[in-house]
Amino acid sequence: MAGVTLVNRYSIQDVIGVGGMGSVYRARDMHFPNVTKLVAVKEMINSAPDPLVRQTIVQNFEREANLLATLNHPSIPRINDYFSLDSRSYLVLDFVHGKDMEAIISDTNGFLPEEQVLGWAVELCDVLEYLHRHKPDPIIFRDMKPSNVMINSNGDIVLVDFGIAKTFQTGIKGTMIGTEGYSPPEQYRGEATPSADIYALGATIHHALTRRDPRLEPPFSFAERPLRRINTAVSTELEAVVARALEYNPESRFPTAADMKQALLGVAKKTGALGRMKTQTTPITQAGGIKPLWAFKCEDEVRGTPTIHQGALYIGSYDNNLYALNAADGKFQWKYPADGGIVSRPALYDGNIYFGSEDKRLHVVSARSGKVVWTYYTEGPIRSSPRIAEGHAFIGSDDGYLHAVNLNSGRASWRFEAADAVRSTPFVMNDLVYIGCETGDYYAVDYRGELKWRFHAKRAITSSTVGSANTIYFTSVDATLYALDPKNGWPLWRFRLGKPSISTPCIIDDFVFVGAADGFIYAVDARNSKEVWRYRTEHQVNGSPVIYKDSLYCGSVDGNLYCLEYRTGRLRWKFATQGAITGSPLVYDDIVYVGSTDHQVYALLA
Amino acid sequence: MLKKFFDWLFGRKPSPEKTQDVTQTAPLTEEQIQAIVNNQNPHFDLQQLIASCGQSVGKQRELNEDSLLALTATMAGNSGNLPFGLYIVADGMGGHQFGEVASNAAIRAVAGHILKKFHPYLFQVKTDTMDESFQEIMLEAVRDAQRIIQREAPGSGTTLTAALVIGQQVTVAHVGDSRAYFVFPDGRIDPITRDHSLVKRLEELGHITPEEAVNYPHRNVLYRALGQGELLDPDIFTIAFPQPGYLMICSDGLWGVVAEQDIVRSVVDAPSLQRACQNLVSAANAAGGPDNISVILAQLIG
Ligand SMILES: Nc1ncnc2c1ncn2[C@@H]1O[C@H](COP(=O)(O)OP(=O)(O)OP(=O)(O)O)[C@@H](O)[C@H]1O
Ligand SMILES: [Mg+2]
Repeated sequence: MAGVTLVNRYSIQDVIGVGGMGSVYRARDMHFPNVTKLVAVKEMINSAPDPLVRQTIVQNFEREANLLATLNHPSIPRINDYFSLDSRSYLVLDFVHGKDMEAIISDTNGFLPEEQVLGWAVELCDVLEYLHRHKPDPIIFRDMKPSNVMINSNGDIVLVDFGIAKTFQTGIKGTMIGTEGYSPPEQYRGEATPSADIYALGATIHHALTRRDPRLEPPFSFAERPLRRINTAVSTELEAVVARALEYNPESRFPTAADMKQALLGVAKKTGALGRMKTQTTPITQAGGIKPLWAFKCEDEVRGTPTIHQGALYIGSYDNNLYALNAADGKFQWKYPADGGIVSRPALYDGNIYFGSEDKRLHVVSARSGKVVWTYYTEGPIRSSPRIAEGHAFIGSDDGYLHAVNLNSGRASWRFEAADAVRSTPFVMNDLVYIGCETGDYYAVDYRGELKWRFHAKRAITSSTVGSANTIYFTSVDATLYALDPKNGWPLWRFRLGKPSISTPCIIDDFVFVGAADGFIYAVDARNSKEVWRYRTEHQVNGSPVIYKDSLYCGSVDGNLYCLEYRTGRLRWKFATQGAITGSPLVYDDIVYVGSTDHQVYALLA
Repeated sequence: MLKKFFDWLFGRKPSPEKTQDVTQTAPLTEEQIQAIVNNQNPHFDLQQLIASCGQSVGKQRELNEDSLLALTATMAGNSGNLPFGLYIVADGMGGHQFGEVASNAAIRAVAGHILKKFHPYLFQVKTDTMDESFQEIMLEAVRDAQRIIQREAPGSGTTLTAALVIGQQVTVAHVGDSRAYFVFPDGRIDPITRDHSLVKRLEELGHITPEEAVNYPHRNVLYRALGQGELLDPDIFTIAFPQPGYLMICSDGLWGVVAEQDIVRSVVDAPSLQRACQNLVSAANAAGGPDNISVILAQLIG
């Protein structure tokens, strides 16, 4: 269409929107040859086969256009002209310099600030009130949703798309009328009232603050997804106002848009947004000065994950030592020096502790005395953690092998050659050992060291695997959370993370939890791979989340240990250490243990 | 001993990590014995997927607007051959001029897309796994069908319930109010899909009771249908094939007419899947046959 001039006047430049009934174009009005006056030309295709029906549609369109031409409000673009050519009708509007709200929502990384959305909502109430008070008959906007609201270069809202196209839709039996998702229940019965616009405004604000498109959710499900469950930064006050606009029964909603505006202004006053004194409102529940039960200081960073056994906590450090501490009070019991840093998580078996070190060895040490039992050499630093099964310790090494070390002899029964360094921890299930390596190759190996199947991710798989009977899960540096069939490696689903991940997932019920370098902790539905919630920390999340009772515990490179409600992702508390947390916490008997690069190991009440 | 027997019966390999021995040492209940009797299928050393289907225009309609596809095969993979099945029911929307066109186009588009993806594994010997996941392939297939219906039969719509079976994994794509069920030999029947109908939604919200739902005036109003709406979000999920048990997919001409318990009995008591499908269609017709009837039954043995 670009280059075409309609009715000798509007020179089409570009398509700026595509909708149900046709396209919206940016055009230049050639009646103003000396200046560039831009207009938006909205095209509606009249596809009714019957000529009489077609004629009625055109008449309705023209009647509505005439009505809209009489409106005068800063939030409504002026209608300059309309005309029909063959089976197409055109509406010419002021061009709005800006972006529609749907585009703003999807182009924003993270949530929009409450204050900004609040400002738009107040203006939307104003323009709705203007329309609803129109004489002789109120005008119902009917189609409030983010893509029909533009934000102009001043930051003010403009309503585009006056549902005028609706006259072109011959009511289709069997499906719903109106914009699914944003419309209230009564609209499906054909009632268009001011109250319906208030509901749709509530739905629009909900979408803007949660990033959840209501068209992708079951209808009328807002009550099940209150704002703060998804976006913890929203104030309780605003949550209440939006909930009221979204009441199922029209009588329970705000009686008028003006009432809703008053309520929104009340929120703005309470949260301080009104005076624009604060730029951001993020009052997060701060841990009421959470004190650790104890803390123990190593001589270097603690990047690994602890293990607990019979009242003793075992954890490695970059000071090359494996420490045994009294889990109850953090008292030092013994330490065992390796010749390299220890990030490997110790495994316990038959009174011995197994762990790898960057000194290339798998060390086996008596849990009681800390005396060495035997060691096993690989040809590269070990970052993987051992997994004990079938009389063997399975462990990966930077030498590119998965080693199966016989527990009795301390010798390798076999080695499986991977394409590159194996930093993930082997996972053992149903007679198979699962590992990923740094090229992105992933293997299922049987107990004799023979390859059963392989899979390939686009980048390194440093994360370890977790699994349930029918599915295994791991992440990759290619920013994907994978779910595979453990029997044959076919991918069941993939979930896109914002950035690469080396975090090992954790599963419970139908949830998969995982962290990523984008700083988010994700909760994903294991059956349909949909995001349930995400929680933003201030830096990369490299460790694995763990679940204990109804909480999720997870560390972040921002230094905090987070405790979230695992079903909703709501913050319960957080605890700040003085360095990055890269390992996973351990929760046992209502106590959380976690190491930090501030050299300390902390014990906190769960 | 008993466990061995079950393992033989259901072709289970003994797995070392089973923790359900508690239930397995209990004496057999009546239902379990019945289940064994009903389940005297031959044992295969490889897993076998079998399926059958049934269709009827019903007693009150002139046209059949339902479409159905049932395809069973074996697929090469990187760890031996795997059962492959694709089962689809689509119910073109009543009253629409293009109802049958829509349901037919939906099946062709969805099956066409999926079979194209699996062609190298079905008809050549490709050994490495795919990049795309089952759920992504299903989603693309549905999006494809959406585009094709909007082009070929604008204004029409259809339901779609499709199950892709690969090994023991069942990946379902679902829009509308046709249904997929798991039916168990012990008499349980679990719907695994959720209707995208206004009446179901109102029922879920507690605004109407299940009794009111039966007579609700807008019973046929769907809030999601293939071919309709600007954004289509099908339900897509993966679930393990019931063993022992059956996967059933049907249109509302069956589930809306025959009570669940009668459905189970027809399935479980039948000597074969063909007979079970026949019995289900007859039951719906005997109950008045107000709508087109389509049903598919699949079973994974071994
Ligand atoms: N006056 C305008 N100035 C600039 N951009 C506009 C204008 N009107 C519409 N647009 C852009 O075009 C997009 C689509 O416009 P609009 O909502 O009017 O049509 P539609 O979506 O096709 O209609 P419907 O929602 O009824 O199907 C808007 O989301 C907006 O981005
Ligand atoms: Mg629009």
